[in-house]
Amino acid sequence: MTDWTSSSVVIRHKVGLHARPSVKLTQLAKTFAATVQIAGTPEGPWIDAKSIVKVMAMKAKQDSTLYLRASGGDAAAAVTALAGLVERDFDEDRAHAASG
Amino acid sequence: MRHPVELKGRPASDGIFAGPVFFLSTADAVRQASGDPAIERRDFDAAVAAAIAGLGALVAIAEGEGAEMLAFQIALLEDDALLAPARDLIGQGKPADIAWRKTVDAEIVGYEMSDDDYFRARATDLKDMRDRVLRQLSGTGGLGSQAGAILIGDDVPPSLFLEADWSKGGAIALRQGSPSSHVAILARARGVPMVVGLGDIIRDGHSEAAIDGAAGLLVLSPDAPQKRLWSAKADALSARRDREAPFLDRPARLGDGSRIELLINVAEPEELAVLDPGHCDGIGLMRSEFLFRDGRPLPDEETQYRAYRRLLDWAGDKPVTIRTLDIGGDKPVKGLTPEGERNPFLGLRGVRLTLQRKDVFTAQLRALARAATHGNLKIMVPMITLSAELDETAVLLDQVMADLARDGVAAKRPPLGIMVEVPAVAVAPELLAKAAFFSIGSNDLTQYVMAAGRDEASVAALGDPAHPAVLRLIAHVANYGRERGISVSLCGDMASEPRHLAALIAAGLRTLSVSPASIARVKAALAEIKPI
Repeated sequence: MTDWTSSSVVIRHKVGLHARPSVKLTQLAKTFAATVQIAGTPEGPWIDAKSIVKVMAMKAKQDSTLYLRASGGDAAAAVTALAGLVERDFDEDRAHAASG
Repeated sequence: MRHPVELKGRPASDGIFAGPVFFLSTADAVRQASGDPAIERRDFDAAVAAAIAGLGALVAIAEGEGAEMLAFQIALLEDDALLAPARDLIGQGKPADIAWRKTVDAEIVGYEMSDDDYFRARATDLKDMRDRVLRQLSGTGGLGSQAGAILIGDDVPPSLFLEADWSKGGAIALRQGSPSSHVAILARARGVPMVVGLGDIIRDGHSEAAIDGAAGLLVLSPDAPQKRLWSAKADALSARRDREAPFLDRPARLGDGSRIELLINVAEPEELAVLDPGHCDGIGLMRSEFLFRDGRPLPDEETQYRAYRRLLDWAGDKPVTIRTLDIGGDKPVKGLTPEGERNPFLGLRGVRLTLQRKDVFTAQLRALARAATHGNLKIMVPMITLSAELDETAVLLDQVMADLARDGVAAKRPPLGIMVEVPAVAVAPELLAKAAFFSIGSNDLTQYVMAAGRDEASVAALGDPAHPAVLRLIAHVANYGRERGISVSLCGDMASEPRHLAALIAAGLRTLSVSPASIARVKAALAEIKPI
């Protein structure tokens, strides 16, 4: 039995989990050693949050809930960081403020 | 020795070029399979790595949405979920190119079947990524080898255009494609000759060709007399370009040294990727229609804000004049423009339409006011006829400013100027003295003054912007602006044509907005003009 650290977060992004947000999500997931998975329902199917192909294939839409879970050394940090990214709407406004 | 083959297509970007041909399409580039899975695997991994490296270099020069889509391709190429099936097929003895194509095509089907427009559009990115790796595998690889050649293919993605080296000339000839595609826009901005819709171009041993972008002509394997003719044409063009090139990064001046403010007209933000802001004094006309394409959902405030921000970031502290939505006339957008108008050019277009669609207008003004905090932004309203239309727009902008202030959103009220294109305004500009600036739209002004539709080939000869009646109106507006301290510029096509410049300077204009590809040419021509 794997020990999972779990969380869930609502996607507010206008077009949902599309190319730009998906790239950010997978890039962030890859910075953790833990196995990180996401799903569209609490029951799964769970997919690898480090795979852009799989994340895009979820076609998660705006206002849908994203379920997150991770296991491994930095699992708790991974779940917090990923949920935070989605909550901050993938840092799109912040990124733009920083670029100007 | 091949016989010459002449093909006629549609002009997409002017210019003449003769040189070697370079066939692009993956159908033409076949990999020689080694038959050894270990070698296929090694070549495959090397091709993916090379494609990622190439994309990384592109991201650095691409702008905005283009850069984001390149980052998406990189993420895909770094994803084992995509690479593993291809490697498995290679392990089973399939050649690397076939294994890769099969794997990616299976993925593309999933995107193409989607009922979501945005998702379906990503299929193009996957194809671009697929072909990028296939080019590496077939040895046609990095496009460095293409410098100074005529690229021939079915269609080319914008990323490939950005990747190519155009410093030694070159041209593009496409079997399919469209003059309004992004690549055509980039080609025009960069001055690369391009012809589209040529139909079947058979490789068949052709190693050189000549292209005339304006005529939409491609000649494969030109014979000796043809070659002489084409090289004379190409030499004349390149001699002219050589003469003009030194002017590119100098400020625009007349023969007496007096300064001309030279701005550029931009239709697509992607154009800016190939332009240096140091070569102009700012953007004199940014058409906002690129955000409102027919058949796509209307852009929300956030999307517009981001797009306007990118323009301002590019321009630094130079002015950026963004024209509010100018659809109608010859630019219909489903769901916005009225259908069945008997004479759309005299109908509900420009500000006449946006004032009836306050929801759309308000979102655009909000996005512009927010973006204005990041640079020197000006708002230009098209198709103004009466001062009441400008007043109503100003009230709307005040309301937008009040709403943004109330919500604590950072914003700045940009100066509100107008296009002078309706003869009523050109005749009586004093009725619009409240405008922050005038920009003369000589294309529409000419068609309205001469009563000759821009899209009617049969009356094209009447549409002469240098007709004394048009020039007199231009001079009238310029003089009025000078007396009242209202800046006046001209952003129609005539400003990009050297033969009209003397007349425009004589009419009193000192600010011009031109097509990006004509900057050096216009500067060189201005330097010849001695103002009276």
